[in-house]
Amino acid sequence: MNAEEKTLDVANETFVPEVVAFCCRHCAYSAADLAGGGRISYSPSIKIVELPCTGRASALEILHALEKGADGVAVAGCLPGTCHYIRGNTQAKHRVTHVRKLLKTIGLEEERARMINISAAMGAQFVAEFTNFVETIKTLGPSPLSGETGITRTGSQP
Amino acid sequence: MNTMNFPAFTMPDNSAALPIAERCDSHLARVLAAGEFAVTGELGPPKGHDPEEVRSKARLLLDCVDAANVTDNQAAVVRMSSIAAGQIMMAEGVEPIIQMTCRDRNRLAMQADLLGAYALGIRNLLCLSGDHQSCGNHPGAKNVHDIDSMQFLRMMKEMRDENKFQCGEEIPGGGPRFLIGGAANPFADPAEWRPYRLAKKAIAGADFVQTQLVYDMERFREYMKRVVDMGVAEQLKIIVGVGPLKSAGMAKFMRDRIPGMTVPDAIIDRMAGTVADIDTENKPERNAAWKAEGIRICIEQIQEIREIEGVAGVHIMAIEWEEAVHPIAEAAGLLPRPIIEA
Amino acid sequence: MIVAEQKPLNEIKAMLEGCNKVLAVGCGTCVAVCFAGGRQEVGLLSASLRMSTDIDGAAVDIDETIVQRQCEKEYNAPLEAELEQYDAILSLGCGVGVQSLAQQFPGKRILPALNTKFMGYPAEHGIWEDRCQGCGNCVLHLTGGVCPVSRCPKSLFNGPCGGSQGGICEVDQETECAWNVICENQLRLGLFDEMMEIHPAKDWSSARDGGHRRIVREDVRIPDEEKA
Repeated sequence: MNAEEKTLDVANETFVPEVVAFCCRHCAYSAADLAGGGRISYSPSIKIVELPCTGRASALEILHALEKGADGVAVAGCLPGTCHYIRGNTQAKHRVTHVRKLLKTIGLEEERARMINISAAMGAQFVAEFTNFVETIKTLGPSPLSGETGITRTGSQP
Repeated sequence: MNTMNFPAFTMPDNSAALPIAERCDSHLARVLAAGEFAVTGELGPPKGHDPEEVRSKARLLLDCVDAANVTDNQAAVVRMSSIAAGQIMMAEGVEPIIQMTCRDRNRLAMQADLLGAYALGIRNLLCLSGDHQSCGNHPGAKNVHDIDSMQFLRMMKEMRDENKFQCGEEIPGGGPRFLIGGAANPFADPAEWRPYRLAKKAIAGADFVQTQLVYDMERFREYMKRVVDMGVAEQLKIIVGVGPLKSAGMAKFMRDRIPGMTVPDAIIDRMAGTVADIDTENKPERNAAWKAEGIRICIEQIQEIREIEGVAGVHIMAIEWEEAVHPIAEAAGLLPRPIIEA
Repeated sequence: MIVAEQKPLNEIKAMLEGCNKVLAVGCGTCVAVCFAGGRQEVGLLSASLRMSTDIDGAAVDIDETIVQRQCEKEYNAPLEAELEQYDAILSLGCGVGVQSLAQQFPGKRILPALNTKFMGYPAEHGIWEDRCQGCGNCVLHLTGGVCPVSRCPKSLFNGPCGGSQGGICEVDQETECAWNVICENQLRLGLFDEMMEIHPAKDWSSARDGGHRRIVREDVRIPDEEKA
């Protein structure tokens, strides 16, 4: 995609981003549920993946989501200090920071990965945060990756 | 930093050692042996290969010092070699003290170069560890440090007094009889260790040391007291580093950025105060005022240092300002320099 | 343990020029422990390379695998059967691992993804410090357990130089003056006499300087008659 095409896409709203959202069960996923229950609609761009805790998402899994063609990846966990598993969201934040650095070396915009903190009661904020993220991704344009690369073979001993 | 508590120490007896002027054949040694207050200067070789740059600096030092150091890739910046520049300076009538670091040469190169230097007539040597190459203009260079400055002193002593190469082989025709010097930084850390390090250098083989620039008289007096108590000053000629400040900025730079340098507030204040009545735009007048004050302070310091027990001389380091050495030496009452027959 | 770190991505990418299909091989021992070449690092590096070369318009196919210890040929042997399809092997092993693969598979180019730095100490999780340079003649009993060869940038043997300030080395504000630590240790351990001793010039022939080094242990070697 060249720059001109991207602008055209954004203007015509024909670019519908694919955003993967790793959401922790206790907070972010519950917030999404609350939004749904409250009939607050949010972008169909967001593909939610439920995790027991954002600490479960490794840097590798975040990166693989982008490799497979996601235009953006968000990791959404509990508010700082309230993680159900104490430090899971802190570790997740750390990993997102690391992935953002890697994205720069790879040639992708670091803004395509984001850490979001939200509590179970924050249905409206869930929508607000993710709407904002989707807008950011729309501005960045589609991922330049083909989405066709990936592991074809792994063998291992340990 | 915790204070380190060292046990008491006295220098081992060295009454069997030859008097300094008999160990070697250097004018500086004769000055020191005669009990004269020695004056040494410093010449920084050029970055290029023009001998005239050495000669013009040498002329500024002529007749105001007993000998002058020729630095060796100082601050790890490549310059004309100390030995070559030393020989050019010698032809102008100034006795060289060549410097050699452990950073750039292994023991083979050191011994070879020093045999050569001696053959060319050079008689004084300062043995240094050397500034780390990371602070210079070739930071990617491999450093050598085959031996350290202490081992270097010992090697030179054994070459001279036992006519042996470092490997133990005899040197045909006898070893080079240098006056052997080391460097000392009274203000580096660990502070309590520094007098002991000086003692160790004397034991290793140093005939004399030159200290880093001294601006803090109080601290220096304390250091000299410990040095004298240990008996070091009787076995080692201690020549104290002094240097005129060029500006208040230079004073602050030395205080803040040079490892192991302390510059008391009183001196910073004097340097700042001397331009208080001069317009900040009037650069020539400000510079002249600073330089005049810098020289005044240097002269006062030399006079104070002469009174300290254990001090054998001063080493005037007028960095890139060799013109200042003569007026300083003159006003401090150090001229004319003694003429001592070989 | 051996401590290594990954080369910058661009440097590794440059090595892959001309390759279409590469096998990344990690190692489960030292470099896994210092998070440079273990399973996760193989995954992150391989994905980064696939994505980056894809963006460049010339995607390189990177497969991933890991062996227990890349310096031991028994662990590497199973790889042989699959090497045909690859243009090169990208090793995430230490320098020894890279060379072992090169020796074992001489028909294949082995590319080093890591820079092996030193034998080091994990000062804290995520920080490793040089502790040993393999000089071949250990004098730690004399220096209160601190190595002057690896920890002093000038490898001094007789006390700190004039650049030691506040316990910090003149070369780097983050580096302790090793000799400051040695002095403290020597005093505490009653080694003052050692401090005043002129430690003689080191014999560097036991280090890299003496030539390529090799250790032969006859008590451990399998006698010729028992070899297959």
